[in-house]
Parts: sequence; structure tokens; C-alpha cells
Amino acid sequence: MAPAGWSRWLVPPAALSVHLSIGQAYAWSVFKPPLESALGLSGTQSALPFQLGIVMLGLSAAFGGTLVERNGPRWAMTVALVCFSSGFLLAALGAAVEQYWLIVLGYGFVGGIGLGIGYISPVSTLIKWFPDRPGMATGIAIMGFGGGALIASPWSAQMLESFGTDSSGIAMAFLVHGLTYAVFMLLGVLLVRVPRPVKAAGDGPAALDGPQVSARSAVRTPQFWCLWIVLCMNVTAGIGILEKAAPMITDFFADTSTPVSVSAAAGFVALLSAANMAGRIGWSSTSDLIGRKNIYRVYLGVGALMYALIALAGDSSKPLFVLCALVILSFYGGGFATVPAYLKDLFGTYQVGAIHGRLLTAWSTAGVLGPLIVNWIADRQEEAGKDGSSLYTLSLFIMIGLLAVGFVANELVRPVHPRHHEPAPRTEEPTKKEASDVQ
Amino acid sequence: MSSDDSPPARRALITFAWVWVGAPLAYGLYELVRKATQLFTG
Repeated sequence: MAPAGWSRWLVPPAALSVHLSIGQAYAWSVFKPPLESALGLSGTQSALPFQLGIVMLGLSAAFGGTLVERNGPRWAMTVALVCFSSGFLLAALGAAVEQYWLIVLGYGFVGGIGLGIGYISPVSTLIKWFPDRPGMATGIAIMGFGGGALIASPWSAQMLESFGTDSSGIAMAFLVHGLTYAVFMLLGVLLVRVPRPVKAAGDGPAALDGPQVSARSAVRTPQFWCLWIVLCMNVTAGIGILEKAAPMITDFFADTSTPVSVSAAAGFVALLSAANMAGRIGWSSTSDLIGRKNIYRVYLGVGALMYALIALAGDSSKPLFVLCALVILSFYGGGFATVPAYLKDLFGTYQVGAIHGRLLTAWSTAGVLGPLIVNWIADRQEEAGKDGSSLYTLSLFIMIGLLAVGFVANELVRPVHPRHHEPAPRTEEPTKKEASDVQ
Repeated sequence: MSSDDSPPARRALITFAWVWVGAPLAYGLYELVRKATQLFTG
């Protein structure tokens, strides 16, 4: 618990130290080619540690959320630190002795638990410290998850260049990653504090007020499942572009007078990452001003419009294609970052971290659904003899349909019925630990 | 409870914490901008 005078501006860097670290997961692809050549793995095998990591992220966030609420953010960040770092250390051992299964177990299973617990660890605490700006607060943390890959991608590549891409070089790189991330995340463990449960005016942390719903009750409400659909549809639409960004822009303008080179396509992917990150902090902060329901109307409604513009314009305008893709990716990031504040509005702060953890199963589902739709349809269209932008037209219209479903689900969100509310405000009665702190 | 009236020692801690997370993020953004410019030059 925070001592008197503890600044709430120490909590976002604590959250960022965790999210910037675990965001490394999205830079796993840097290790794929060296692993394939050093251990003789296929592309599918080298992707397995990452895929298992993402599955474990969803599972540990969904099932560990209640534990995180019960034991607090410092406990959660410690678990995230230990799991994420020891996952790298196990993977280092696996690479050193050339045992592929140890890399899967370490990075994928153990590290994946660190991803899930780390992802949800600061959410509830940030919302409690910033009751006046919950969208901005969670936007900062969740932006960090996007930023983690931006840091890790060039850093890991440089490390592999220095240590070499054979098994001992990879082992050394994993070892340095594990130790560096342990030190970096330690800041979060040391700085994170839960605000004192007192009502405060102005910009101080507020006590639990308004309707409070437990995680157990929340999953029984239609509001939870409406938001689940909203998140799933928004993420599916974003991943649809993100997954195939480089081949998509290349195919779209292949038959024009200005085709897109490989390096320009890589630049486009980098620009999408920037839009994704900017959307997390920018749109989420905007939601504090215009409201959560309205911002999701923008994500889903304007997002569908952007997809329609891409589909209708075809290869006629490259700037329009790039602009629309950037807006869609900013909405994708914004959707992730705004959802904790939306949950707080509906279910209160009582167990918002645990509810958020359960909602992240929508992300896991979208992670499978988005790439599946775009890849499967593009393959079928290619078999049917289509090329250029027409390879993606059907996928784009399906994305518009998915966003429309999400839009309707968002419209159906209403305040939670009082029968789901917790009977009494929890903060009025201090817990045993709080009481002993006072004594 | 807010940072607006933080004592100097706490202000130093806040600065340190933000530099701790801001420096690697700035490095990542720098690398990103370098790569993104390839869209216009590549």
C-alpha cells in the first residue's frame, strides 16, 4: 500500500517496465531463422514457442486474474518477472544443449505465464490511481506492450549479430535477455503501490464507488459477452491487416506503374506498428473525454468505412491505402487499450483486473480468426486465378461484416443490472491487512 | 496523493523512473522511424 504522499505518477513507469518487457513476445520472429538453421527446425516448429506463449498468455490472464486481484500488483509483477526471465534462462539452456523442447517449455510455457500475469498486473491498480483518467492510464501501460516489440526487435537482432547465430550464440542472447529483463522489470516490482482506500477529491485516487461487480458475476452478464464480441471483432479486423501487411501492399500495387519494393513494404509494416502504438495511448485517452461507448462506435464504424475505402479504391491510390491502413491499426491498438476502462465503467474497480483477464480470451480467439480468414481467402482467390488487389477484396468485405457485428454488440451494452452488484462497498471496511497496517 | 506537491526526493524518483522506461522506448522509436522512412525512399 502506498505511503502518504506517494505520487501516482510513479505507477505508470512501474507498469511500463513490465509491459515494455513482455511486449518482446511480438519480436520472437527475430529468433526464428537462427533457430531453424542452428537446430534444423521447420518454420512451424520455430514458431511454436511464440504460439504457446500467446496461448499461455490468454490462459494465465483468464485463470490467474482472481489471484492477481487477491494478492495485489506487486505479487503479480514478481510472478511475471520470475516466469518471463526464467523462461528465457530455460530457453538459453535449451539452445546451449540443443534441446528444442526445453526452448518450447521455457519461452512458451513458463515465459507465457509471465506474459499473461504481467499483462493484467497493473491494470486494476492504474485505474484505481487514475479514476479521473482511466483510459489514459491503461493506455500508457498497454502502449508499452506494443513498444516492447519495437525495442526488442532491433536489440535482439544486434545481439545475435554480436554473439553469432549458432546454438551457443542464441543461448547467449537468451541468457542476456533473461537477465536484462529481470533487472528492468524489477523497477515495476519496487515502485508499484496500491492507493489507500479513502475517498479523495480532485486528482487523487478514489475509493471504490459506483456499482461493483465480481469477476464471477461479470461473466454471467450480457454486458461482458457484448464486450467480448466487440473486442474479438475489433482485434480480428486489425490482425487481418497486420498479419499480411507486407504481402498485401505488394500485391495491391503489383500491377501499377509504381509497385512497392520489399524495403518499402518493410517500412509500411513499421509505420503500422507506430499507428498501433499511437492508437493505444491517443484513442484510449480520448475515450476519457468522449466516453467509452462513443469511442468504440468510432473504432468499429469508422474502421468499417476505412476497410470499405480500401476495397473500393483498389490499386488507384497508394496514399489512400496507407492512410486507411494506419487508421485501422490505430483503432486496433485503441481497442486493446480502452477496454479496461470500459470494464471499469460497467463493473467497477472491485475485480476489474480479473474481468479483464477473462475478456482477453477474445484476443486469443481473434488471433486465430483474423489470420485464418485473410490467409485462407487469399489462397482460394489465388487458386481461382485472381491477382493484385482482387486477392483481398472478399476478405476486406468480411472484415466490414465483422466490424458491423461488433458495432451492434457495442450498441447493446447497457449498465449492469443491480442484482449483479456486490452488496456493500468494500472500502468502507478495511481488510485485516489494512487494519494491521494502521495499527 | 497527487504528484503536484511531491517533495524533491520523490520528484527525483519520478524522473528516474520515467527515464528508466523512456530511454529504451526512445531507442525503439528511433529504430522504427528509420525503418518506416523506407516506405517513402525504398
